[in-house]
Amino acid sequence: MTQKHTISALVENHFGVLCRVAGLFSSRGFNIDSLSVGETEDPSISRMTIVVGGDDSVLEQVVKQLDRLIDVIRVIDITQGAFVERELMLVKVKADTSTRAEIIQIAEVFRAHIVDVCPRSMTIEVTGKNDKIQAIIGMLSSFGIEEIARTGTVALLRDSATQ
Amino acid sequence: MASNPQTTASGSTPGEMSGADILVESLIREGVEVLFGYPGGASMEMHQSLTRSNIQVVLCRHEQGEIFAAEGYAKASGKVGVCMATSGPGATNLVTGLADAKMDSVPLVAITGQVSTAVIGRDAFQETPIIEVTRQITKHNYLVDRIEDIPRVVKEAFFIASSGRPGPVLVDIPKNVQQSVCVPDFPETVSIRSYTPNQLHASRAQIQEVAQAILESKRPLIYAGGGIVTADASEELREFARKTRIPVAQTLMGLGVFPQTDPQSLQMLGMHGSVYANYAINHADLLLAFGVRFDDRVTGKLEEFCKHGRIVHIDIDPSEINKNKVAHLPIVSDIKYALQELNSIVVPGDYQVWCDEIETWREKHPFTYKDVEDVILPQYAIEMLYKMTDGKAIISTGVGQHQMWAAQFYPFDEPRRWLTSGGLGAMGFGLPAALGAQLAFPDALVVDIDGDGSFAMNVQELATLYAEKIPVKTMILNNQHLGMVVQWEDRFYKSNRGHTFIGDPEAAQAHEDMNIPPSHAIFPDYVAIAKGFRVPAERAERKEDLVPAIDRMISSNGPYLLDVVVPYQEHVLPMIPSGMTFADIITE
Repeated sequence: MTQKHTISALVENHFGVLCRVAGLFSSRGFNIDSLSVGETEDPSISRMTIVVGGDDSVLEQVVKQLDRLIDVIRVIDITQGAFVERELMLVKVKADTSTRAEIIQIAEVFRAHIVDVCPRSMTIEVTGKNDKIQAIIGMLSSFGIEEIARTGTVALLRDSATQ
Repeated sequence: MASNPQTTASGSTPGEMSGADILVESLIREGVEVLFGYPGGASMEMHQSLTRSNIQVVLCRHEQGEIFAAEGYAKASGKVGVCMATSGPGATNLVTGLADAKMDSVPLVAITGQVSTAVIGRDAFQETPIIEVTRQITKHNYLVDRIEDIPRVVKEAFFIASSGRPGPVLVDIPKNVQQSVCVPDFPETVSIRSYTPNQLHASRAQIQEVAQAILESKRPLIYAGGGIVTADASEELREFARKTRIPVAQTLMGLGVFPQTDPQSLQMLGMHGSVYANYAINHADLLLAFGVRFDDRVTGKLEEFCKHGRIVHIDIDPSEINKNKVAHLPIVSDIKYALQELNSIVVPGDYQVWCDEIETWREKHPFTYKDVEDVILPQYAIEMLYKMTDGKAIISTGVGQHQMWAAQFYPFDEPRRWLTSGGLGAMGFGLPAALGAQLAFPDALVVDIDGDGSFAMNVQELATLYAEKIPVKTMILNNQHLGMVVQWEDRFYKSNRGHTFIGDPEAAQAHEDMNIPPSHAIFPDYVAIAKGFRVPAERAERKEDLVPAIDRMISSNGPYLLDVVVPYQEHVLPMIPSGMTFADIITE
């Protein structure tokens, strides 16, 4: 069954590792929905969070092929367990005196922050799971979205579920 | 001599060495005796250092030749093959060999010179980003931008290339790093936290499960591949097969892991494998897949492959398990270890009914061909070579019909005598691979069985044979066509020739009219070409000429080329068309 999987990979924080991972996905015909990467608590290690769609056999291959890369230290399909995942979005939406108040209200409902305001537009910062991000996009689209920048998902396993 | 850092030519401070000298010293510490290379601006510094070492440098005449030679050396000896090329075109010419070594799991370290770090990324002369280019076709690669890293990187490169599932590692060293100096620190051990291949052993419970599956089976079959060669587990496989009495089919990469002349051997399986091996796969109730990867040339249509049997799959590479075919008993393990453990508990089974059934298939469908009086058939030429060399030669091949016929008609009783480009199917492999194997085994008889198309692709290596006095023999099965493509044209494209004739266009009609064209129409003249490279050569066209010609070839002391003219109408049979099943097998 095709579904979204969130894979977390700990990799050596080297030059070129991102290329190795991204190249693996394209050369093996796996589609990446999102990929985010950043340093971990250990500066020599980066964490890559990759959201990929596919059935279980595709996922099995993705994880094994990643594990096969020399620079990859550990790979887990965190969708297997309880986990928290978040995405960050900056969205610039058209706003004037007639719509500004309503947009601010929507932002409050989504616990988003207004990070920039000008007479013709506002920029909103929102974090959350993918469905929350999609929901606020839906709410704001009627005002006219000018630009969107999204980070892709980052995720960690919940310790609370395993203890 | 470079093995003593104090006496190398570089550095004024005691113990100080140049990057190039450090590299060469690192190679010596890895036990490198032979290196295949072709110098250029970005690698000449390392070649200068090599002149001060005891490493034998073989100057091949093309980088593709040098890397195939390194593969031949590695495949025949089991040691890591080493080659060296310059930046840019030198490095890109290694690409096919790297892809080949990745596909066939050949331990290889390729060292490339790179432009200086100051100009990397500026489209400098002979600059290519070879690390980017080769990322997906190497097991791992390194750009060494600090001289201090050279000893560690070389040590890691050899470890990665030769451990776990072996493969090619490329080390790219900018020229300024080769030229700078430091006091090196050569590590004794290697430790890579993300790579620990030596811990892959089947559990006791898994071994018990396999033994139990064998006990429950009435029609078991061993499907043995290149992993057995790599793991040096041929003896263990033989013991396992003899103890259990289970018949053995071998992949193209696994030929020789079990004696092919043994009645228990079912020869090669797959697209051009024996009818009886393929029938046996379909009728087996238990398939013991050892060191194999369920390649499409073996399985045909995946859903139909071994449809009635349970599958035990043992391989050292976890990503091979369930990649193409789901295994009922998947085991990630060093196959040598797994077989040793199995051998301590398995007992002989009674498979007489099963073996009798296989024998009836074998009697009905042996590897065969319809011999004719007037011309030399390619199969006949290989059979004669087999007889006259007692089946003991090291054989390399190009890719195509001649390769499959060699696999069918030159049975091997030992591993590491069969050097072929299996997964990638890289034409031009035969001559350089033979050259590399000969350097590993100077006293062995090494014969490249080649096609006229494949041979032409690395014909320049005749120069290497002459210059280095390498006594490789080449037997070209010359049909003036790209025979395997012609065969597919005949079978699936109504014999429409899509650029598969490689003889003289002026003589094309003669080929259509006659089985064998007149001598003067054969093109190019390989005997004349060989003579240009000072390699003795002759052509055999009539059947009665063949045996004396092979005799002259194998009894000559140096390199020798025998151009055997054969008809192009022969097809490699049996044949399971791509993506089909054993039931679709073509036998005539």
